[in-house]
Amino acid sequence: MSAYCSRWTLRFLNRLCVSGLAKTNNKHVQHFSSQTSPSVQVCIVGSGPAGFYTAQHLLKSHKGIHVDIFEKLPVPFGLVRFGVAPDHPEVKNVINTFTQTAHLERCEFFGNVTIGSDITMEELKMAYHAVILCYGAEGSRSLGVPGEKLSGVYSAKDFVGWYNGLPANKDLNPDLSSDAVVILGQGNVALDVARILLSPVELLKKTDITQASLDSVAASKIKRVVIVGRRGPLQVACTIKELREMVNLPGTKPVLDRRDFEGIKDALKDIARPRKRLTELLMKVAMEEPSGRDAERWAAASQEWSLRFLRSPIKILPTADGKKVAGIRFAVTTLEGSGENAKAVLTGQEEEVSCGLIVSSIGYKSLPIDDGVPFDETQGVIPNDMGRVCQTPGLYCSGWVKRGPTGVIATTMNDSFETARCVLEDIDSRVLDCSMAKPGHHALRGLLEKRGVTPVSFSGWEKIDALEVTRGDEIGKPREKLLDVQEMLQLARA
Amino acid sequence: MTARFLPVTQRLITCTRSVLSAPILVRERWLLNNGRHRLFSSMTGMLRSEDKVIVNFINRDGEKITTEGKIGDSLLDVVVEKNLDIDGFGACEGTLACSTCHLIFDDDIFKQLDSATDEELDMLDLAYGLTDTSRLGCQICLKKFMNDMTVKVPEGVSDVRQAADMSKTTSGI
Ligand SMILES: Cc1cc2nc3c(=O)[nH]c(=O)nc-3n(C[C@H](O)[C@H](O)[C@H](O)COP(=O)(O)OP(=O)(O)OC[C@H]3O[C@@H](n4cnc5c(N)ncnc54)[C@H](O)[C@@H]3O)c2cc1C
Ligand SMILES: NC(=O)c1ccc[n+]([C@@H]2O[C@H](COP(=O)([O-])OP(=O)(O)OC[C@H]3O[C@@H](n4cnc5c(N)ncnc54)[C@H](OP(=O)(O)O)[C@@H]3O)[C@@H](O)[C@H]2O)c1
Ligand code: FES
Repeated sequence: MSAYCSRWTLRFLNRLCVSGLAKTNNKHVQHFSSQTSPSVQVCIVGSGPAGFYTAQHLLKSHKGIHVDIFEKLPVPFGLVRFGVAPDHPEVKNVINTFTQTAHLERCEFFGNVTIGSDITMEELKMAYHAVILCYGAEGSRSLGVPGEKLSGVYSAKDFVGWYNGLPANKDLNPDLSSDAVVILGQGNVALDVARILLSPVELLKKTDITQASLDSVAASKIKRVVIVGRRGPLQVACTIKELREMVNLPGTKPVLDRRDFEGIKDALKDIARPRKRLTELLMKVAMEEPSGRDAERWAAASQEWSLRFLRSPIKILPTADGKKVAGIRFAVTTLEGSGENAKAVLTGQEEEVSCGLIVSSIGYKSLPIDDGVPFDETQGVIPNDMGRVCQTPGLYCSGWVKRGPTGVIATTMNDSFETARCVLEDIDSRVLDCSMAKPGHHALRGLLEKRGVTPVSFSGWEKIDALEVTRGDEIGKPREKLLDVQEMLQLARA
Repeated sequence: MTARFLPVTQRLITCTRSVLSAPILVRERWLLNNGRHRLFSSMTGMLRSEDKVIVNFINRDGEKITTEGKIGDSLLDVVVEKNLDIDGFGACEGTLACSTCHLIFDDDIFKQLDSATDEELDMLDLAYGLTDTSRLGCQICLKKFMNDMTVKVPEGVSDVRQAADMSKTTSGI
C-alpha cells in the first residue's frame, strides 16, 4: 500500500517540501533547505494512526522538531494493517499520508523495537525532550466467566489478528466446522468478524486477507452467526455503515425479531440523528416485508446472521469430553434507565445457545508499558489531561492508550492533533525544557546493538511491502502479508 | 516513487453523485498529477473564468481562505489542488470511508445541493460536530450557483480549550 502515491499524498509532500523538510533529493527540496537544525528531540512509541498523526502535526507545525517513531513490530501502521478489515481497503488509504510523514528528513522509523523491554522508559526520557506514548490497546477485555479458556473460544483481537496476518496469531487456526457461531458484543469489531465469516469467498479472495484464513473461510461450514448484546437495540455499539453492509451481504439473510423493536418508535423522537438512523435501519429490517432484490436474496440465502439482545454471558459450556466449547449460557437482562446510559440488570432467567465457536468481541484493552508510567487500571488508560500524562512532565499520550479502545481513525486523528498541540504549547511556554541538547536515537543505537536488537528502518519496511505486493499480484490479491517476524527481519536487512 | 493502483472502483467514487457534472475519474487525474504535473497546471490555467467558482473556507482557527475551483470538481479536489492547509482533511482520499472532509454549509446553499446518498449520510453520522447543514466535501461537486459560497470546517475537537493559539510555534506551512 505504501508503494503507491496519490495526488493527495503529493499535495501533502509538496506542502512539506516547501518548508525544506522532505528527505528525497528532489531539486525543490535542496533549494529550500536552509533551515535551522532540529533541536527538539521527540520520541513516539507506536506507529498506528495515533503515532503517525501526532508526528505529522508536530513536524508540520515546528521546524525544529525531530521525531523518532519506535514500533514493536518490524512493520508499521498498527491497527490499520492488523485491525481494519481486509474488505475495507479504502480505510487504509491513510497509509499514503503516513508514508509521506515517514519519508520526511526529520522523521525516523525504528521497527522491531519494543519499548519497555528492548529500551526502557527511563532510557527514552534521558534521550528525548518529549516522549509520546501511542502504543494502543494490545490486550482484550475478558468475560470473566467459567469456560473462557475452552478450545473454540477466541477473543476478537486474536481472531482479527489471525485473518489480518498478525504474527502472534498466525497459528490460531480456529475450527470453522460447526454450523453456529456466537459473537459476544455488538460493536463494529463484532460486525467485522461476522462479515468475514459470512462473506462470499469470491469477494474475500480479492482482499489482503491471509491465504490461510481465506482457505479456512472457504472450507467453513458456518451457517448461522448470532451477535449477542447485553443491552437492547437502542444501545448497539456498531455504526450504520457497517450494519448496512451486513444487511446487504450477498448470500446471507439478516434475522431480527420484530418483538425486540416493539415500542421503540416512541424513543426515536428524542435521539440524535446517528442513533436514530441506525435504529430506523434495524427496525426496517425487523418489521418490514423485504422488497424486490432483498426478498429474492434473502429467500435464496444459505446463511444467516442475527442480533440477540438483553443477554449477558454467564458460562461457556463444554462438550461431554470437556475439551471444546459446545454452547453458552446467558442471563436474561432488562434495562434500568434509558438511552446510551441504560444499565443491564439480571432478571433471574437464563437461556442456553448451542455453538461450536465463540468470539468474544467486548473490547480491546490497553496495558501498562513500564513501571515508570502512571496507569489507570480501571479505565485502562494512561491518566492524562488532553494528552499530557498526569504528574509526569515531558510525557504525553495519544490514541487508544489515551482515550480507551474506542473511536474510529478520524477520532484518533483529532485526539492526536490535540496532544501535538499540547506538546507545541509546552515547548513554546518552556514548560518543556528544551534548552539542553538531547541525543535522541544516537544514544539508543549502541544500547540496541548491545542487546542484540536490530531495528527495521522505513526502507526496510518498504522491502517487506514490495515483496508482499508482488506475492499478492501473483494470486490476484492486493498483497499477501508475511506472517513470520524472522522472515520480515531477514528481508528488511537484505 | 513506484506506483500501484487501487482497484479502479475505489478511485471512482468522487462525484459520481452529480449527474450534471461528469463523473471524475480519479485515476486519470492521479496520472496527470503524478507524471505530468506541469501539463496539468497549464491546462488549469487555460480554463475560462466562467468554468470556475470562488469558494471561501473558514478554517478551524477561524481563518478565511478564499480560493477558486473548477465546476464539476469536488470540494475535496479543491482542497487538494489548491493545497489548502486543513489538517487531516480527506484521510480516505474521497472513498466515503472517513468523514474527515466534513464541511458545514450556509442554509441557502445547503438547500440547493443534490440530496445525499444513504452512504454519505452513514459516514456523515460519524463526523465531529454534525449539524443540520453538514455534508461531506468529497461528495459535493462545484456548480455555478455555488459561486462565492462559504463553507466552514468544523472544530476537530470536542473541547474548546483545545483550540489553543499556536501562532507562535506554527510555521504556517
Ligand atoms: C478490528 C478493528 C477494526 C477497525 N476498523 C476500523 C475502520 O474500518 N475504520 C476506522 O476508522 N477505524 C477502525 N478501527 C479503529 C482504529 O483502528 C483505531 O482508532 C486506531 O487504530 C487507534 O490508533 P492507535 O495508534 O491508538 O493504536 P494502534 O493502531 O493499535 O497502534 C499502536 C501501535 O503501537 C505498537 N506498540 C504496542 N506496544 C508497543 C511497545 N511496547 N513498543 C513499541 N510499539 C508498541 C503496536 O504494535 C501498534 O503498531 C478498527 C479497530 C479495530 C480493533
Ligand atoms: N468499520 C469501522 O469503522 C470500525 C470497525 C471496527 C472497529 N471500529 C471502532 O473501533 C472501536 C472498538 O470497537 P469494538 O467493537 O471493539 O468496541 P465497542 O464499540 O466498544 O463495542 C463493544 C461491545 O461489547 C459489549 N460489551 C462490553 N463489555 C461486555 C461484557 N462484559 N459483556 C457483554 N458485552 C460486553 C458492549 O456492550 P455495552 O454497550 O453494553 O457495554 C458493546 O456492544 C469502536 O469505536 C469501533 O467503532 C470501527
Ligand atoms: S474524504 Fe473520506 S469521506 Fe470524504
